[in-house]
Amino acid sequence: MNRIIPPKHANSIMNVIFWGVGILAIAILVLVIGYLLYVGLPQVNLTFLFTDPIDNGAAGGIWPSIVSTFYITIVALVVAAPLGVLAAVYLAEYSGENTFVKTIRFATETLASVPSIVFGLFGLAFFVVYLQMGFCILAGGLTLALMAIPTILRTSEVAIETVPQSYKEGSMALGSSKWQTVIRVVIPAAIGGITTGIILGMARAVEETAAILYTVGATTTVPVSLFDGGDPLPLHLYTLATEGISLPNAYGTAAVLVILILVITFSTNYLVERYTKKMMGR
Amino acid sequence: MENIMQVKDLKTYFDDTNVLKDVNIDIPKNEVTSIIGPSGTGKSVFLRTLNRMNDVISTFRKEGTILLDGEDIYDPKIDAVDIRKRVGMVFQKPNPFPKSIFENVAYGMRVHGVYKKAQLQEVVERSLKGAALWDEVKDNLDKSAMSLSGGQQQRLCIARTIAVEPEVILMDEPCSALDPISTTKIEDLIHNLKNKYTIVIVTHNMQQATRVSKYTAFFLNGTIVEKGLTDKIFIEPEDKRTEDYITGRFG
Amino acid sequence: MARNWEEFFVEKILLIAAVSSVVIILAIIGFVVGQGYTALGTIGIINFVFGLIWNPDYGLYGIFPLIIGTLSVVAVSLLFAVPLSILGAMFLAEVAPRTMRRILRPTIQTLAGVPSVIYGFFGLIVLVPFMRTHFGGSGFSILTASLILTVMVLPTILSISEDALRSIPVEYKEASLGLGATHWQTIKNVIFPAAIPGVITGVILGMGRAIGETMAVLMVAGNVPLIPTSILSPVRTLTANIALEMGEATGLHYNALFATGIVLLVIIVILLLIVNWVNYRQRVTIGGGYL
Repeated sequence: MNRIIPPKHANSIMNVIFWGVGILAIAILVLVIGYLLYVGLPQVNLTFLFTDPIDNGAAGGIWPSIVSTFYITIVALVVAAPLGVLAAVYLAEYSGENTFVKTIRFATETLASVPSIVFGLFGLAFFVVYLQMGFCILAGGLTLALMAIPTILRTSEVAIETVPQSYKEGSMALGSSKWQTVIRVVIPAAIGGITTGIILGMARAVEETAAILYTVGATTTVPVSLFDGGDPLPLHLYTLATEGISLPNAYGTAAVLVILILVITFSTNYLVERYTKKMMGR
Repeated sequence: MENIMQVKDLKTYFDDTNVLKDVNIDIPKNEVTSIIGPSGTGKSVFLRTLNRMNDVISTFRKEGTILLDGEDIYDPKIDAVDIRKRVGMVFQKPNPFPKSIFENVAYGMRVHGVYKKAQLQEVVERSLKGAALWDEVKDNLDKSAMSLSGGQQQRLCIARTIAVEPEVILMDEPCSALDPISTTKIEDLIHNLKNKYTIVIVTHNMQQATRVSKYTAFFLNGTIVEKGLTDKIFIEPEDKRTEDYITGRFG
Repeated sequence: MARNWEEFFVEKILLIAAVSSVVIILAIIGFVVGQGYTALGTIGIINFVFGLIWNPDYGLYGIFPLIIGTLSVVAVSLLFAVPLSILGAMFLAEVAPRTMRRILRPTIQTLAGVPSVIYGFFGLIVLVPFMRTHFGGSGFSILTASLILTVMVLPTILSISEDALRSIPVEYKEASLGLGATHWQTIKNVIFPAAIPGVITGVILGMGRAIGETMAVLMVAGNVPLIPTSILSPVRTLTANIALEMGEATGLHYNALFATGIVLLVIIVILLLIVNWVNYRQRVTIGGGYL
């Protein structure tokens, strides 16, 4: 075998490449987030956060978008969290491996991979047109719920499956029924992972744009009821940026969105870790 | 002598694998019965058949009858959950729930519908005292059970079991994961518990069997080779195989 | 007995929740196909898929340029993302010291969590002007979109590949090191080959994400529905096509956009079937003792 580079040199060269790739990933994140915060944060102040936009966002603030994002996320979670978690409990605790379960799994996988714009098409055809909801918070929220279900389901299922068998046996040996065991031992023990799953689903709802492009409308007033239109943050950012309405306001909106996502993910990670430590007595 | 449980012609299967082959034994009330024998002879399977823990395995099947107070525990009209309330179990490895010490002991009562704080507190205290753990944990009842030592965890599991007032307590090698000092504490505890409860204990440790139990059954290849008073089995066994086992020639 | 009823009802409720995934995916397929198939009928599947011109104003609904647009953007991004992800996965699984792992893992997670509209916005205000200055043209191009997509699919491919690399038994590694191989030789010749099925799964799922990505591509690819002539040509993808035109579409145009959705669904289902097949084969191969 003709070696061009001696193995030890190859090893050193590869180490340099590995470190290069690692540092590149960190650099990209710092660049994207750092740049957006750098240009965006100066635009963000209380007036920007709490006033209505003027001329479709050419001036003024983003208050209606913050409210819309909040509403639409709540709608998505109220539907997706129970469905996702209960389905995960069924798959992890109540079902064997059979064709029926395999079908459910494949459906969930598919649902997780359906492009968000196709969810948008479905939301438009089903919620907006067929159920005659019109373009509104409810239609957008329900569309997002469908997208969040597989995320919540899969994360929760993994969390439930990793609960040690010995906990369940301990509970059953005390004369608890299966459901009592699930609700009092299995779910509390898996609650960290379940919470993470719900938050991931929530983050997906907060950040999603394509799925709500044609379901939520783009009303730039504060939504009052679920049947009002809305203009959630990502959609607002998209409109501002691509229609050249106001670049400074787009910067500000981007910064708010980035901070929102970072706060949601990092605070949850922190809380889940703390809870787990307390429960495990560390 | 009153027998609380009677096992007649018990055979168990997982799929087509026959594990227990014709087991007959009576469990005397308020005594400790040891189950000894080499690994893989069905001791744990036998124990788990006594409180229907094997029911959760879909391939499990049994023949024969097991009576508790004269009543067939596998009667289709009887709920396995009720049997497990009456026949408690302590496992090989301590398995407290990742909850506070208090909640671990209160768990069984909550499951069975007791919600009054005062009553829960009373039973938790009584059970922890009964498991000789109260003095060590009384100031830390809110701490996670996972922060206790292995021996304390096992005594907590015993406290958790006696809190639901079972008639029989099954113990599956309860000391195998513990150090000698913790083992002594559990053995002392077993001595005290037999006044109120009937105990069936699987053990690999033959000294333990002689120390804690009045009766012993020797399992080999899914059957009971010999059973009777512990003293008799260990001093003058009738069967050659029993003698070989207790003198350490196999197993 | 009351308890048995409770158990029974609980199980049925859980079952309904579990079946909801199936119902939802069937409803999605049903509605998208339901709205789209009339267009396929009117236009004809061949004319639709292989038609070279997309111009709804003239009643021309050929999505071939869009398919090429999607494929070119996905191919170029995978060209960057696959090697980077595999190297990154090897780094995380094998080489990186603890501190580096503790920085890099959250970094990758956060990269995965950045909203796609944020990536698109960053591309629009930073990358597009940069490309315009350095490569000429409008700056909106296959290359620009691919660079953004690379960052977006990297976390998917990297984390699945890392899991695959980690699941290789440590004995293999020790055996190789014990024979005097260097760490890189061990990774290259022992660990990586054994992890290939997992890596393939990661790549296909990353590909699925790239095909389905809408906002980021929409904001930087230029959206011209023509077959590209170079990597610097602007293109329009299938997803961008729907997002761009759904607002004004009526009649056949509306249905044709749903038909575009059908094409996307078909591609995704095919990719998932491949993933399942790879995983199944892997299990069979290991079970059969080839490994």
